[in-house]
This record gives sequence, C-alpha cells and structure tokens, in this order.
Amino acid sequence: MNRTVLRRVAAPCIATLALGLAVSACGAGNEDTGSKTSNLSGTIKGAGSSAQEAAMKAWRAGFQTDNPKVTVNYDPSGSGAGVEQFNAGAIDFAASDAALDPTKGEVDAAKARCGGKNALEVPSYVSPIAVVYKLNGVDKLNLSAKTIADIFSGKVTKWNDAEIAADNSGVTLPSTAITTVHRGDESGTTKNFTDYLSKAGEGAWKYDPDKVWPLKSGEAATGTSGVIAAIKEGSIGYADESQAGDLSKANIKVGDAFTAPSAEGAAKALEVSPIDDTRTEGDLAIKVDRTTTEAGAYPLFLASYVIACPTYDAAKLDLVKGFLKYVVSTAGQQAAASNAGSAPLPASLQTKAAAIIDTIAAK
Amino acid sequence: MKAGSPKRRLGDLVFSNLTRAAGLTILVALAGVGIFLLAQGAPGLTAGKEDLRGHANFLSYVAPLVFGTLLAAVLALLIAVPLALGVALSISHFAPRRLATVIGYLVDLLAAVPSVVYGLWGIGVLGPKIVPLYEWLDKHVGWLPFFAGPYSNTGRTILTASIVLALMVIPIVTAITREIFMQTPRLNEEAALALGATRWEMIRLAVLPYGRSGIVSAAMLGLGRALGETMAVALVLSASNVVTWNLISSTNPSTIAANIALTFSDATGTARNALIASGLVLFVITFVVNFAARAIVARYEPGRKK
Repeated sequence: MNRTVLRRVAAPCIATLALGLAVSACGAGNEDTGSKTSNLSGTIKGAGSSAQEAAMKAWRAGFQTDNPKVTVNYDPSGSGAGVEQFNAGAIDFAASDAALDPTKGEVDAAKARCGGKNALEVPSYVSPIAVVYKLNGVDKLNLSAKTIADIFSGKVTKWNDAEIAADNSGVTLPSTAITTVHRGDESGTTKNFTDYLSKAGEGAWKYDPDKVWPLKSGEAATGTSGVIAAIKEGSIGYADESQAGDLSKANIKVGDAFTAPSAEGAAKALEVSPIDDTRTEGDLAIKVDRTTTEAGAYPLFLASYVIACPTYDAAKLDLVKGFLKYVVSTAGQQAAASNAGSAPLPASLQTKAAAIIDTIAAK
Repeated sequence: MKAGSPKRRLGDLVFSNLTRAAGLTILVALAGVGIFLLAQGAPGLTAGKEDLRGHANFLSYVAPLVFGTLLAAVLALLIAVPLALGVALSISHFAPRRLATVIGYLVDLLAAVPSVVYGLWGIGVLGPKIVPLYEWLDKHVGWLPFFAGPYSNTGRTILTASIVLALMVIPIVTAITREIFMQTPRLNEEAALALGATRWEMIRLAVLPYGRSGIVSAAMLGLGRALGETMAVALVLSASNVVTWNLISSTNPSTIAANIALTFSDATGTARNALIASGLVLFVITFVVNFAARAIVARYEPGRKK
C-alpha cells in the first residue's frame, strides 16, 4: 500500500541489488554462527499488506539473524491478494490490513485451507494515521472528526471557514482554498481514515468505510509518498504518521481535548478498543473504537494483522511459529517501531497474541 | 514473383517461407492477445459494484476511462501535430543543412527517452511550473468549461498529462513527416517557385499536398502511442474516474492504460477480470483508430501527386 509507482519501477533494481547483498550477507553470517545454536532451517513464505512491508523487513532481518539457516520471504502484494493466496494454500502466512471478513467468506475459506480448523489471526502492526496539511503561518491546527469530514466531502472549502476557526481560537487562518489529497490506489490507510470519519464524524461523512476513496473530487495520489508529494500550500491529506516528513500534522478531537498523532496515542486507543467477541478463539480481531474519549488516545490509526493456521506439518511448524512469535515479541515490536515508525502493541494485547501463537501445533 | 520466375529456386523458396512465417507470427501474437483479453476479461463484463471501485456496472466503470483516454490522446495530438509538422518542415526545407541534421538527431533522441522519465519530469518539473498558467486561465477565461477550475495546486491535471504525451508523440510524427517532406519531387517545388510562389506558398502548394497521406498516417501512429501510453500518465495524472471537460482541476478522468497500471496490483479475482476487460476495450479502440487511419490514407492515396 505504501508502494509508489516509482518504487514499482525501482523494485527490480533494488531486488537485484539486495540479492547480491543477501548472498554476501549469508556468506558472512554463516561464518560466525558458532556462538549461536539455532538448528532451524528452511524457507517460509508470506504475502499481503504493503503497509507492513517496512516492518516485515525488520522482522525478517531480525529473525534471520537469530536463525541464519532460515529464509523468510514476504511479498507485499496487498492485503486482498495476501489473504487470497493464503486461502489458496500458496503461502504459509498472510498479513492483512483488515481482519478476515466473515461476510465475504474469508473466514470459511481460511478454515478450509487450514484443514477444517479455524485460522489464527493476531494484530501485528499498529500505525497512527496523521491528518497532514501545509498552510503558511499555521503550524498548529485543531480539527474535529466532523470538520475533517466536512473538509474532505467538500462542504468546507476555505481555510478560514467558521467551522475550522471555531476550534482554533487565536490562530490566524488565511482565506486560501482547501485542496484535499487522497489515495488514488486501494489502501488500508483510506479504509481506516474513512472508517474514522464515518464513526466519529457525527453524521457528516455519508460514505461506508472502503479501501477505495468514495468521492470523485479532490487530488488523487498514488501511495503514501505520492500523497506527501502532492501536498502543496493549502492542501490537506492523510498519511502514515511516520511518513509525514516536514508537513504539519493536525491534532484531532478526542473527548474535549485535541490529541496529536503519536505511536503511543495509537497504542492507547488500541488498548481501549474491545476485541470482536463474535470471533472464534484464536482470532484476535479488534473492533477499533473510533469514538473513544480516553485522554491521550489517538483513535485514527491502522491496525494490521498476521494470519496463520493452527497446525503446520513438521517441516514448517517451528519456522512459522518461531517467526510469528518474534513478530509479536517485545524485540520484534521494537524493531518495527524503529524501522517502520509503528506503535508497539500494548502489553496486554501482546500477551494475548503470544498465547495464541503458542497454540500452533503439529498436524 | 510468379510471373517473373517460372523456375523457383531454393533460395527464393526459403526466403518466401521465412517472410510468410514472420507475417504469421504477428497474426498469432495478436490473436493470442485478443483471446487472452476475451477469455480473462469476460467475467469482468458482469462484475458487480464491489469489484468496480464503486461503479454500478462495467459500462459505467469503463465509460469515464474511455472518455479520459480519448480526451488525453486527442489533446496531445492537437498540441503535437502542428508542432511536429513545424519541426519536420524546418528540418526538410528551412534550416541550414548542418543545423537540420542536429535537430533531426535530437528529435530522434526524444523518442528514445523512457516514458517513466517523461512522467517524472511531468510530475516534478512541468506540473509545479505550469500552476501559475492554470491560475491565470482559471481567473481570466474561467467562463470556458475547459478552464472552470478550481485550478490544481500541483499541476497534475489532464492538460499537463496531455502536454507530456504530446512531447512523446512529437518525435514519431516528426520522423515520419520529415522523411515524406524530403521526398517531395524537386521539380514540383521548383515549378512552384518558378511561378512566383513564396517559400511558404511553395510548401502549401507542393509539399503539403504531396505529404498529406503521410501526415495522416503519422498522426494516427502518434495517436496510437498516446492512447496506449501508461507510465507517464499514471505518474502525472491525479485521476478520479469521472467525466469532466475541466482541464485544469485536481479532478480528472483517468485513462484505461493508467488505470490498469495503478490498480492491477491491488486487484484480485473479478476486479482483475474487469481491468482486463477494460484492456479489451482499449484493444478495440486501438483497432478502430488504426482501421480509420488506413481508410483515410487509402482515400488520399489515389489523388497523390507523383
């Protein structure tokens, strides 16, 4: 999802380069493994969420350093494609920006793929989404979900609109026209952003949450980097908080206060969100509470999952289990936080996720 | 061939079969592409809302794409053809020999630049630089539906995409028309000049009529290039899959090729079939354009002065 056209073009070049590096890295790695005693060996394959791409890179590097004979492949082909490949049995685990959807038959398909046992699903990656903007002289901006919804649906068209001014006393807002920037490609970021607007927007947002931007107006850009690049003076958009760069980030209204986007805020909002209790045991799908009033919580975030089977044959068992365990471990979450700017899972959720992965058994 | 050589030699036989095989390869490849598009695209024709990015049926999904494809390509031709003819004429008739050769090389070089580079240039240089022009158009001729605005503050509009496309079309049109203009019979030109025509009148009376069919086929080749161009458009355009004549706003129709490039990797199942079906539509459009070009060329052919 974070992929840009640019990156698609550059990927083969980088892949070739990486292959070269990987070969030499393996060569170097094999020489000094005397001190470590990991007997795991083999290859596992995963695919799915491109939002998790940077985090996966960190996890694969971390896991492969601990287990030099193991290769973990990950194809950031998109959440939908990942789930499809997993359900077809082509890959060992999937990563998805949305929990398996029972209404689309994904839960049943996953069950069939896992030999009649319900698939496991745990959150692995949490990333705050920032409402980013560029406006000369305005570096602090408070917005409620309703105002954001009105801006993006085209009701509020000028920066000095009374609706924006109401939450920003003391800030001189220019009369510049607002250009909204959204993702032109399908994106979990869009889905979470529209989900936030429809749940917290007090009715101002009339569209269902969707991976595809529902409106036919505004500037469309491809990938997170495309959105960031398309934001010029007077523009507003949404993007992974870690990718916002020099752009200003709006504070969003939570309860009566305004909260700035942060990894901690997202983790806090995740912690107060209930677990979907209609799910089977081992399915840790979360019903994100977008309307939380918890102080310091930042409810505009993306939660992404890893999906695996409860049983694997002996060759894959320790590999998949070991890798996923590392993913939700404190070390793994820290690696993702420093490499991908994600929010580490809250301790309570981390424990639950680890317990679920521990149940993975031999066929 | 039969009339000239009653006795067929081995060399002739081998060569004629080789060329026939080469010709057939094209047919097989084209048929292969056609069959693939039909087979894979067919399920997409009946795709539902969730596979068509919110559009009710395939027709309403593909119509804005067809509109955008044609609009961008036609705009590109409107910009490129007059410019290309000018360049070609200056190379063939106006510029000093040495300068003409250099310009000729440079134009050919333009054709060798990868489209992704054009796209990057469009998004990184042309787009931002052209915003003031859009602002001006919006302010002063905003009553025209083409410039209704609000103008895009990134310059990533269909007009910018068309300008980039035009630059990619220019070398093709220039190269072909240049060759044709250079073949204008010297006697025709001299006759026109002898009758007292100015240089421009000579070109109008002798060169352009002679090259008319060539100009049309060059323009059609250029149109084919513009219709199918993917990367440059995908990079430059801020696309929303709408039908609009507004050329300078952020909300632009996408093109079929760019839409496939941007959404294919995220598409699964029937959504993918629908994209392939839109490719089939482009395939058909390209065919129609080429047939039309052939028909036009054939119409001018008999009147061509030798």
